[in-house]
Amino acid sequence: MSVSPIDGFAANLKQETHDAVYKSTKVTHEKRTKLLFDHFPDANRLREIAGEIKQHVIENLDTYLPKVEEKLKANGVQVHWAATAEDANQAVLNIMRKRNATKIVKAKTMVSEETELTHFLEKNGVECLETDLGEFIVQIDHDHPSHIVRPIIHKSRREVAVSFEKNGLGAYNDDPNVITQRARVFLRQKYLQADVGLTGANFVVAESGRLVLVTNEGNSRFSLAATKCHIAMVGIEKILPRDRDLPLLLNLLARSATAQQLTVYTEFITGPRKSTQVDGPDEMHVIFVDNGRIDVLASDCRDILRCIRCGACLNVCPVYRQASGHAYRSVYPGPVGAVLSPLLAKERFPELADLPKASSLCGACQEVCPVNIPIPDLLLRLRDKNKQAHGPSAGTPPMGAWSILASQPTAWKAAMAMGGAVNYVPRILMPGPLRKWQDVRTLPPWKGGAFRKWLKNRPTKKS
Amino acid sequence: MEGWGIPQVAEKPSNKKIMNAREDMLGRVNKALAVLPERAPLPDWDAELAVAQKLVANHDILEVFVERIKLVNGMMMTSVAEVAAFLKNGGWTKGYCDPVLLATLETQLGSGFSLTSEFDRTRIDDYGFGITRAAGGIAETGTIILNDTLTSRRLGALTPWVHIAVLPKEQIHRTMTDAVKALSADPNVIWVTGPSKTADIEGILIEGVHGPGVQIALVV
Repeated sequence: MSVSPIDGFAANLKQETHDAVYKSTKVTHEKRTKLLFDHFPDANRLREIAGEIKQHVIENLDTYLPKVEEKLKANGVQVHWAATAEDANQAVLNIMRKRNATKIVKAKTMVSEETELTHFLEKNGVECLETDLGEFIVQIDHDHPSHIVRPIIHKSRREVAVSFEKNGLGAYNDDPNVITQRARVFLRQKYLQADVGLTGANFVVAESGRLVLVTNEGNSRFSLAATKCHIAMVGIEKILPRDRDLPLLLNLLARSATAQQLTVYTEFITGPRKSTQVDGPDEMHVIFVDNGRIDVLASDCRDILRCIRCGACLNVCPVYRQASGHAYRSVYPGPVGAVLSPLLAKERFPELADLPKASSLCGACQEVCPVNIPIPDLLLRLRDKNKQAHGPSAGTPPMGAWSILASQPTAWKAAMAMGGAVNYVPRILMPGPLRKWQDVRTLPPWKGGAFRKWLKNRPTKKS
Repeated sequence: MEGWGIPQVAEKPSNKKIMNAREDMLGRVNKALAVLPERAPLPDWDAELAVAQKLVANHDILEVFVERIKLVNGMMMTSVAEVAAFLKNGGWTKGYCDPVLLATLETQLGSGFSLTSEFDRTRIDDYGFGITRAAGGIAETGTIILNDTLTSRRLGALTPWVHIAVLPKEQIHRTMTDAVKALSADPNVIWVTGPSKTADIEGILIEGVHGPGVQIALVV
């Protein structure tokens, strides 16, 4: 039987990586549970309400999108729309060219990972730097993030120290404090030299046009203090209806993502800086990105658009803990990725069709989801979608043959009758795999058709 | 870095394409939603549900603030003398100060300090500390609130190793919910909860990544 790609990754995972991922996901998950239920005895009710709010938003995007656009414009923000990844990237480049800007500092944003913005900008002569420590390390290593919130969960401090040394950031030193201070010194000059700061948005509030950004390191704040132009790349599903919904979502996000009560920096932005403030952008852009989301909205998996990218489902998932993030070969790993990545891949769906299958459907992902996404249900729907696309021969070849027989009564009957032949065929004449299988096992005598015979002749109840 | 996203085409889209992107996207959103027999309603929920009642109910606001700020490794001080001693002890003698506070603080900090209300962005490493005014605080989370109106320089509050936010105690909100209600028309409000931090490398907590390594609330 062929091994699915995700299993292949899991099987070849370095023990060191496995242990690091396993340990830190487990610790974060346990802290999250403690903090959430300690502070909110009925935390599950909060998850349900947050889920209802986000479900309401995605099912009413037709009214919320124009509404939030109007608010943003009234606040002095320029609004752009990008249907594809390349349109989104091009929009960023166009804004930069208009300003003769050549340098951009980038906070962590998952949607820009989807569009491979950094790579695109570098190809177009822009100096683009990731400023989140983990993402910065991923960038200098030409690696991929392996976790939504913890991009280098798969790396040891020794590996980080080696890449810092290789990139001219000081002699080898694997003390995380030293590494962090070196990144601090290097990056603060970069913020000050940059023309543009790019961020995502955790939430965009429809009634106020408020963009909400959360970080712990302060990197997005530095971007918004040092640069003169702010570009926010925002997936269309990031909307919240009202400001009053924010405390609920912020409480859930910080606890679910990093087991904190609240992130260190929680920034509320409604437009360019105030005229009395010296620091910060005097130009602000929001790019609303589709990149496959509207197709998801049109599918029966639209609930996945509730996701607020906290990573809690990764931390709790037995499959993620064994396989680590790169096994998902896409921007979004873990349970959310097993649903979202194949959907966003569009015509490349078959390449990632093994992801929805790599689940025991234990339900832990939904149990921890701050917006209560029914991930197990969605995984089943995607398995079904894959089956529909591939007909009855999907799965292993023997199952394909079985499903052809099982769907045609005449063929089944014939097979049952002829199957008796296996009782008389010498083992040496069996086809290769079957022979090998029989090396250590003995087939029971064939009794095919016995059930049908019994069913036909069974005594019927007299009434 | 290439490979996991959508393959890139570095062609410039036509203007027509850009102009139509909005209509195209909204049109497809409408179409996607038109088939739904009904839409999920917006739940009406009690804002107090999102309050960690255990932390704030029947407690003195200032006491809660002190307790929470300590838990996030922030510091609270109540006098300029306390701040002066702390700075001296750490060897931070040069700093940026909000122009409104400058005259008073120069006197109160005493000798041995060099304060300036001019922030030179080409010399950010010269400032050992920054003193700015906070717009408020949040007891529930131990948070300091800064905004564009009251906080003189975004960089002055962020880039020095030590940040001191001068916070009038009557401006401390009980909960996040109260602080959200009080969000004003200011284009930029930031809640700061403890020093800048990361746990990116092996989950080990490190403070002072891009922002201050020491975050002090001077409650007056």
